[in-house]
Amino acid sequence: MSHSAPDPSHEDGSPYDDALLGSDASHWAFGTDFEDPLAGVDTTLPDGVDARTLATYCLMLADDALVASHRLSEWCSRAPDLEEDIALANVALDLLGQARLLLARAAAADASVVPALPDGSPVPPEDALAFFREAHDFRNVRLGEVPNGDFGHTIARLLLFSTARLALLERLTASRDHVLAAVAAKGVKETTYHRDYAGRWFLTLAQGTDESRRRVEAGLAEVWPLYGELLRTHPVEAEVAAAGVGVDPATVADEVDVVLEQVFSVSGVQRPGVPPLAGVTGRYGRDGLHTEALSRLLAEMQVVARAHPMGQW
Amino acid sequence: MSEREWPLYEVFVRGKRGLNHVHVGSLHAADDDMAVRHARDVYTRRNEGVSIWVVRSDAITASSPDEKDPLFAPSGDKVYRHPTFYTIPDDVPHM
Repeated sequence: MSHSAPDPSHEDGSPYDDALLGSDASHWAFGTDFEDPLAGVDTTLPDGVDARTLATYCLMLADDALVASHRLSEWCSRAPDLEEDIALANVALDLLGQARLLLARAAAADASVVPALPDGSPVPPEDALAFFREAHDFRNVRLGEVPNGDFGHTIARLLLFSTARLALLERLTASRDHVLAAVAAKGVKETTYHRDYAGRWFLTLAQGTDESRRRVEAGLAEVWPLYGELLRTHPVEAEVAAAGVGVDPATVADEVDVVLEQVFSVSGVQRPGVPPLAGVTGRYGRDGLHTEALSRLLAEMQVVARAHPMGQW
Repeated sequence: MSEREWPLYEVFVRGKRGLNHVHVGSLHAADDDMAVRHARDVYTRRNEGVSIWVVRSDAITASSPDEKDPLFAPSGDKVYRHPTFYTIPDDVPHM
């Protein structure tokens, strides 16, 4: 994009002219390369970790972000006001970006996790993973997939989700896998803002009117049964954590709880007493066991891509 | 839905290499802190800024269009106030 020929109709200075952007292409946050998301990053496998295990772990982190991103994007044009509409879309886009890098990492680590597509299909592996897997192949926690309620419900869910994810990503910056460390370093800044956003709104709603307090408390009670699953250790997570590549969520459970307790206490909200939602025969979201809501979500998210497996986007 | 609208704020953003904050638009927010957050979300999504100012629109005192002539017309014919009648030596930088 060139700024050498200013548009005369904007002679009094558009806010987006050189004064703000200059002609510096670096204002495009992640470069202008939309082809290979991992271009220039060292994707060799760290030793001592099984390729399939690393790929599965990347799918867990990616699917959490992808599914949460989709639920947040459902607010587009429906948020309480224009400013929140854009704020929620920004959070959704941050998470979509994290998901894309992590899906690409999963595919680069072990190509056998990528669903087969017709010969000659131009669909990149990260898109194949997002759009051509069945619900039982998704490894996200169930907290992300349950349908949106009202704004209070969304804020309560985002508070739990981003608090846990931030704690995980902070540890993940020390991963021996260069890609995961880089994705985590980028994600920490984004997720810090998500947690801040959710925490501020949680406090605002809790200390607002009787109605706003009732709603955010109801939202919290609704998502609370799914909180424990966020911090539960799956064998894959234990394995990558032992290899110094991933993070065992149970190791951040205490610090996540301290942050939530601070938000609850400053908001004057009681921690809900509802018990955690059990798994089914010991299986949870990380095992590919989901609620019906995920199938519906995926049906909407995947339908166009699946109708055009040879499509170029 | 809401009986009372949130107050309006004016947003000023300073770019990476900009020296001053530039007015970029306005938005609604419940309080000053929320206005900064909203400004970040609405006006710096494309990496435009490194600093944000917000100010309640009703705190701004503006000149009135009715006063346009008495305020601004008198300077219209004072061309000598522009520093254009000097020749600048070639070795003076940054001009």
